[in-house]
Amino acid sequence: MTLPAPQYDKAAVGAILEMVKDPEIPVLTVEDMGIIRDVDIEGEKVIVSITPTYSGCPAMEHISNDISTTLKLHGYGDVEIKTVLSPAWSSDMITERGRERMREYGIAPPSDVGSKGAMLGIDPVSCPQCGSQNTSIVSEFGSTACKALYKCNDCMEPFDYFKCV
Amino acid sequence: MTDKEMLFEYLLRLGDNCVILSQRLAEWCGKAPVLEEEMALMNVGLDLVGQARLILDYAGKVEGAGRDEDKLAYHRDAQDWRNLLLVEQPNGDFAVTMARQLYFDLFQQLQFEALVKSKDQTISEIAAKSLKEIKYHVRHSSDWVIRLGDGTDESHERMQNALDQLWGFTPEMFDMDAVEQAMVDAGIGVDVSTLRDEWDARINAILTEATLKRPDVTWEVRGSREGKHSEHLGYLLAEMQFLPRAYPDASW
Repeated sequence: MTLPAPQYDKAAVGAILEMVKDPEIPVLTVEDMGIIRDVDIEGEKVIVSITPTYSGCPAMEHISNDISTTLKLHGYGDVEIKTVLSPAWSSDMITERGRERMREYGIAPPSDVGSKGAMLGIDPVSCPQCGSQNTSIVSEFGSTACKALYKCNDCMEPFDYFKCV
Repeated sequence: MTDKEMLFEYLLRLGDNCVILSQRLAEWCGKAPVLEEEMALMNVGLDLVGQARLILDYAGKVEGAGRDEDKLAYHRDAQDWRNLLLVEQPNGDFAVTMARQLYFDLFQQLQFEALVKSKDQTISEIAAKSLKEIKYHVRHSSDWVIRLGDGTDESHERMQNALDQLWGFTPEMFDMDAVEQAMVDAGIGVDVSTLRDEWDARINAILTEATLKRPDVTWEVRGSREGKHSEHLGYLLAEMQFLPRAYPDASW
């Protein structure tokens, strides 16, 4: 089998990056998460800049390898993954589509862009199962660095809330 | 010391606090009071590991002697560590862990808020990134100190004892010396002595809400800047560094 020749333009590389999922939340692509900061093409070299959600996020190495492997499988031989810190990742960078997918998956997405109320526990967090706003926090820290643990007081389901940072 | 050596030394001070405190928090794994709290402590520890990696990676590059973050974390002996004496103190009971955490979280928050304005771009970026995490840490440790202080007779007493036990390690955080001053003069570092008032005010507000007394302790110990640590650091390093030292090429 011969692979189609790789195209060295941002749109083509971007389309391939759409296949790379977040290992912790596999319904989201790395693009949805706002992890991809930039794609640069220098001749036949592809440079993908990514930004960590949390500085200790153990998924970053995994994501970096996934991006590299996926691009290589599509014929891009020379791939460099750069980590950039600035501007620091914020949950505002999660796309609208990402938020919708997160909700369907059972994780309450971070509060809307610009609202820091939820982070201070002022805005109510909606239950991703029944939509009720009658919810309470169980723990500031959940199953991964980026999530907090909530429960719904109406449908009684526990759920993850993606922290607003 | 050359400018480069001073910057390296300064970075070790920032990074080593994160390594050592995260190692201490990791010791709670499997034995925290409740499951949610175990996850919280591991999450805070993980954030600190992340911060440590960013800082020590940069320190290694500044030094230019071929040492990377792992080499710096696993192949230095106690006298070469520059973390505050506070963060190496043993976990004790949960109150001691929270007292240590509150003292450090509040200090780190003030220090990193100032470092965002550093002329050193890497330091500024790391500080901005870390602050988002530190905000959560501060909330976590203050909530616990208030809850335990304003809780039962026993939790109140234990929380007060914990605060008293560690108070004497806090003055060291605000010490200036030649390295700190050089970093301030270069626009890279922060004058930690100026953070004292704000730290005091924040601690006082939390202790008042927690119905706890500000420790009335007169002893003070210091020494980390010269690599003079308490005996606890050696044991901590022995555990943390054993594997990479015994099996230098181990990987998984």
